[in-house]
Amino acid sequence: MRKNGFARHALIETLHTVQSAFGCLDDDSIRFVARSLRVPLSQAYGVVTFYHYFSLKPPGKHTMTICAGTACYIKGSDKLLAAAQERLGIPPGQTTEDGQISLMTARCVGACSRAPVMLCDGEVAGETTGAHMLEQLERWAVE
Amino acid sequence: MTIEELEQIAESVRLENAKYDFEVNVCMDLACASQGSGQLREALARAAEDSGKNVLVRRTGCMGPCSAGPMVRVDPEEIFYSHVNASHAGAIVNSLGGEPVPALQCDLSEHFDKQVRVVLENAGHIDPEKIDDYIACDGYKALLTALTEMTPNGVIHRITESGLRGRGGGGYPTGLKWGTVAKAGGDLKYVVCNGDEGDPGAFMDRSVMEGDPHRVIEGMAIAAYAVGATKGYIYVRAEYPVAVSRLTTALREARRRGLLGNSICNTPFNFDVEIRLGAGAFVCGEETALLASIEGRRGTPKPRPPYPAVSGLWGKPTLINNVETYANIAPIVRNGGKWFANMGSERSKGTKVFALTGKIANTGLVEVPMGIKLREIIEVIGGGVPDGHTFKAVQTGGPSGGCIPAEMLDIGVSYDALLKMGSIMGSGGMIVMDDTSCMVNVARFFVEFCMTESCGKCIPCRAGTAQMFTLLSRICEGKGTMEDLDLLVSLCETIKETSLCGLGMTAPNPVLSTLKYFRNEYIEHIVHKRCPAGVCNMEAPVEVMA
Repeated sequence: MRKNGFARHALIETLHTVQSAFGCLDDDSIRFVARSLRVPLSQAYGVVTFYHYFSLKPPGKHTMTICAGTACYIKGSDKLLAAAQERLGIPPGQTTEDGQISLMTARCVGACSRAPVMLCDGEVAGETTGAHMLEQLERWAVE
Repeated sequence: MTIEELEQIAESVRLENAKYDFEVNVCMDLACASQGSGQLREALARAAEDSGKNVLVRRTGCMGPCSAGPMVRVDPEEIFYSHVNASHAGAIVNSLGGEPVPALQCDLSEHFDKQVRVVLENAGHIDPEKIDDYIACDGYKALLTALTEMTPNGVIHRITESGLRGRGGGGYPTGLKWGTVAKAGGDLKYVVCNGDEGDPGAFMDRSVMEGDPHRVIEGMAIAAYAVGATKGYIYVRAEYPVAVSRLTTALREARRRGLLGNSICNTPFNFDVEIRLGAGAFVCGEETALLASIEGRRGTPKPRPPYPAVSGLWGKPTLINNVETYANIAPIVRNGGKWFANMGSERSKGTKVFALTGKIANTGLVEVPMGIKLREIIEVIGGGVPDGHTFKAVQTGGPSGGCIPAEMLDIGVSYDALLKMGSIMGSGGMIVMDDTSCMVNVARFFVEFCMTESCGKCIPCRAGTAQMFTLLSRICEGKGTMEDLDLLVSLCETIKETSLCGLGMTAPNPVLSTLKYFRNEYIEHIVHKRCPAGVCNMEAPVEVMA
């Protein structure tokens, strides 16, 4: 916040910083940011819920993100997602009960030339196959 | 910083580079980096040191043919190596000065011959984190020339003369836009760069920001001088962390060299740029929504007029252009408007960068002159559809664009021609589909995207896209009727005409264009309950199939 001079218009920047430090934006942190920047709480909450990038729930230990961009879709990312859902037993956006793995979808990470793409804890892996992805999930389930 | 000092820096970089006998360039763009080009670069640097040869190992931005990655180019011979990994480093270094490594060498002459590189001229040739590399390629010369030798009006005149049109998709004449902002009153004006590349399936802007960030900054500074702005913002998607870090480095270096800040080049011109992060909202690519997001609010669009050129950021006149538009500015100022206007077709000048993806042999970034035939891009540069499948359609413009069928491939690429075909130029995503893609399903995919991305402010878009989605889902499940098609068309027309912003107005395009060119696929789904491509799961019993 200090970096942006406590400017009100730096709300989104500040929320990014908080989320990258704590993994998610819980009620306390949203309240704190809103008070510090002198922004109405409703505006802060509205911004957090409007943008996909912000999450209100803490992520699992590992995060499997599957790109749902057009190029990935044409190359079968929907099948990857279905396989991941079946393996983990959760819909996208949720975390497994033991808190090990979160399953997410991304709008597009810009690695379309290597579609379909998955992100394993933020690392881009291109030309993914179902077997490859399940193998990674198995590894994470015990780590 | 003066032009003489700039030349001195360029000269010293050239002298420094001349000390080396060979240059080994390693592509470190996302696609190559995800396949280990980072380790490759370290291995090459180690091998070069051990060999005792005079070799410069350089990290570069995207070279283009991403499907052949990780890519390595050896200069001065311009030998391309594809699918290189760290274990090949020794062989490549040993081959320097002798015969190239045959197992890795690839012939890309066909891929590059038809391309003309303006925006991507430096990508793959310079280290994006070194400002001196950019200066050695005539970087910032255009800015200093404009500041010392041209009037703001002179700059606008040159841009108008070039015929450059907005590369974000709309194709509004850039010179005209600059002129409007320049004429707007008030002493505080803003320049904004739209780097919210929301189109899923396009990554040109990411590559430009990552591979040649200074080019964007220089373009913005020239624009600021021309319209009389003092402050700039680059709005980048949070999904592009590398682009953000490269731009941050680039801005720091430019400030250190005195190319941003106060009294640039000892003139009264002050300009500085800040980065603003997006947070995942497609609608923020729309200019009024983008401005709302920069101000720290929800990204919902506003009715226009007033246009941002008159009342934009915090109510001040604001110039908004796309990354690729700014990337075209420096070469135009350097080489003149006529040089640029000589390229391209009659009403669409210059070149355009496309991100070629989907079912095509050579995926990657290509830059072609406007007016080139789609067939040439797909069959010659792209190498055609692989694995013995047949080409079905090419999708341009993302969720706002349409699908172009095989019989229209001989049309030249320009803003107007694409619009006439029911698609749009868009930011430059080009996704090729073969016979395994179902067009009804593709239309449904895009409508679903627009439905989730609709900001919800105006009803035609919020409710209309949901209704379109329901109708298309019914058809995909084999429960559709022929009346549904008519309903779909009239719904599309309504959404198109009554929505507030570009998202809603263009959301029906994928549906309308597939209905126009692939109506038989819809009819197959409805009448015969059959998906010709075998994508859709029909729940209804398949009684008609006999």
